[in-house]
Amino acid sequence: MTHHAAAESSGFPAITALGVDGFLVSFGATLTEPANRAALAFRAALEAADPKGLAETAPSLTSVYLRFDLAQTDHEALRAALETLLDKRDWYDAPLPDGRRLWHVPAAFGDDHGPQLADAAELAGFDAATAIGSICNSPLRVQTIGFAPGQPYLGALPEQWDIPRQTDLTPRVPEGALVVAIRQVVLFSVTTPTGWRHVGQTALRLFRPDQDTPFLLRPGDEVQFRQVSGAELETIRANDPDGGAKAEALR
Amino acid sequence: MSDLILHRVGPGVTVQDQGRQGYLAQGLSRGGAVDLLALAEGAALLGQEPELAALEIAGSFLTLELTAPTRIALTGALMRARCDGSDLAWYASHTLPAGAMLELSAAAGGYSYLHIGGGIESEAVLGARSAHLAAGVSGMLENGARLAIGADAGSRSGMTLDPQPRFDGGRLRLVETPQTHLFSQRQRERLTRMTFHKDARGNRMGQKLVCDGEGFKLEAGLRILSETIVPGDIQITGDGAPFVLLAECQTTGGYPRIGTVLPCDLPRLVQAPASAALQFEFVSLEEAVALERAEAARRAELPQQLRPLIRDPHDIRDLLAYQLISGVTRGDDLERKA
Repeated sequence: MTHHAAAESSGFPAITALGVDGFLVSFGATLTEPANRAALAFRAALEAADPKGLAETAPSLTSVYLRFDLAQTDHEALRAALETLLDKRDWYDAPLPDGRRLWHVPAAFGDDHGPQLADAAELAGFDAATAIGSICNSPLRVQTIGFAPGQPYLGALPEQWDIPRQTDLTPRVPEGALVVAIRQVVLFSVTTPTGWRHVGQTALRLFRPDQDTPFLLRPGDEVQFRQVSGAELETIRANDPDGGAKAEALR
Repeated sequence: MSDLILHRVGPGVTVQDQGRQGYLAQGLSRGGAVDLLALAEGAALLGQEPELAALEIAGSFLTLELTAPTRIALTGALMRARCDGSDLAWYASHTLPAGAMLELSAAAGGYSYLHIGGGIESEAVLGARSAHLAAGVSGMLENGARLAIGADAGSRSGMTLDPQPRFDGGRLRLVETPQTHLFSQRQRERLTRMTFHKDARGNRMGQKLVCDGEGFKLEAGLRILSETIVPGDIQITGDGAPFVLLAECQTTGGYPRIGTVLPCDLPRLVQAPASAALQFEFVSLEEAVALERAEAARRAELPQQLRPLIRDPHDIRDLLAYQLISGVTRGDDLERKA
């Protein structure tokens, strides 16, 4: 069975109203590679099609939100446009967006730079060194940007990393923190409380409202972490506004 | 160049406009004034565009000085407003002379707005002047801040309008979310039967509501994948209390949402005092769209609702000062009178 057929038999893709002036187009109830790919590709196609009254679109892990202007259009017209676009192809095997980049990002793990490394590694069934190796050697992709400005959800880590979020919140995790849960890595763009486990630290500034490129990463970009010592990370932080991140174009 | 000099600034005073659109995909919510209706009312009072930036005062206080004759308007939650010893009417426009000292002190809580003829021209970031506190864009204003103001194309002041009632709680209308039906019928009915109050800890990101009795919950075992959330969404978080998302909410979330408050009813929520009772009522999507369109039309007609501010002379302690600051004048009139 193709991904498309499997999805259709479970009621996806699905179009549901969200709020008074929006729709959510969902490609799956759980995070899978094809559903994430479908959401990114469909969002790009929707932006290109630009149906009358479309105000804004945003992809999340397996869905696309769109808002429209009630003064220019209505639910019926927009739903028809979405159905037409959905029928155009099998979105589950759509290519990833153009203009993707591979980012090489230095990160320090453990100690002050990742106080929950041992805890998270044990839950995943690794020793600390193997856990770091697993994070640095996994091909990770920006599955979505969301929650806070410029904040990427990266995945997927190997299956052993399907560890739950902690029940209690860590009250304060710094900007650039590398946290893990449910086979994903999140990098924080602001200092925040979190239920994810803080295992490493980057010197990235993911949201820079004062610069020409206010958001560093885009959905579809790939990220490879390179382990550095805590002292090296602080040197990088002091000298490089990009936090040592280097991008190369992906084709 | 005309400025506002902020001498005494309480907590929660920010520059706000209609917020930033187009950055949802990058994780930045629209933000903007928490009570967008108050922004529209202020623009109508000054006869200018609702896109101009104003000061939002969240249940706090503010004393500021004007460096040139300036038109202002006061909307949103009632405050006590005094200028050089005279009381100023709320929900009205006034022209204040150069050097005037304006004192605003909170009376009832809620979000209050000070609008300036020509708007506040602080630095725009990503296409808007709004502070987005959660994202660290701009921030709360502090003692001694100076804000530039734009050229004022208008001249009329001394006008008033009746605010749309929203300062005493009441009904908040909801549409269903994609997750409403994951809640049992009993839970959904209970949501519309209970009376809620605002928890004291509300902010620009969201407002927690409290009610008597047990919290709300999903049937056990359901996990929701994070998806886009919108202002007005009512999340049911771990403690079972409804949490209504507002202008600065995060852009995605994994908590189940039981309903979405209509944008036209959000001012009623944000302006309700802690003591006011709030109830929820589901309406159909068709009804919600009709209500939103009617509200957009009503806001477009606000300029036609203006009437001259007429006050009993016995209430005016200093008639001359009153005429100076609240009469219908042009900027140069002030100089001739002085």
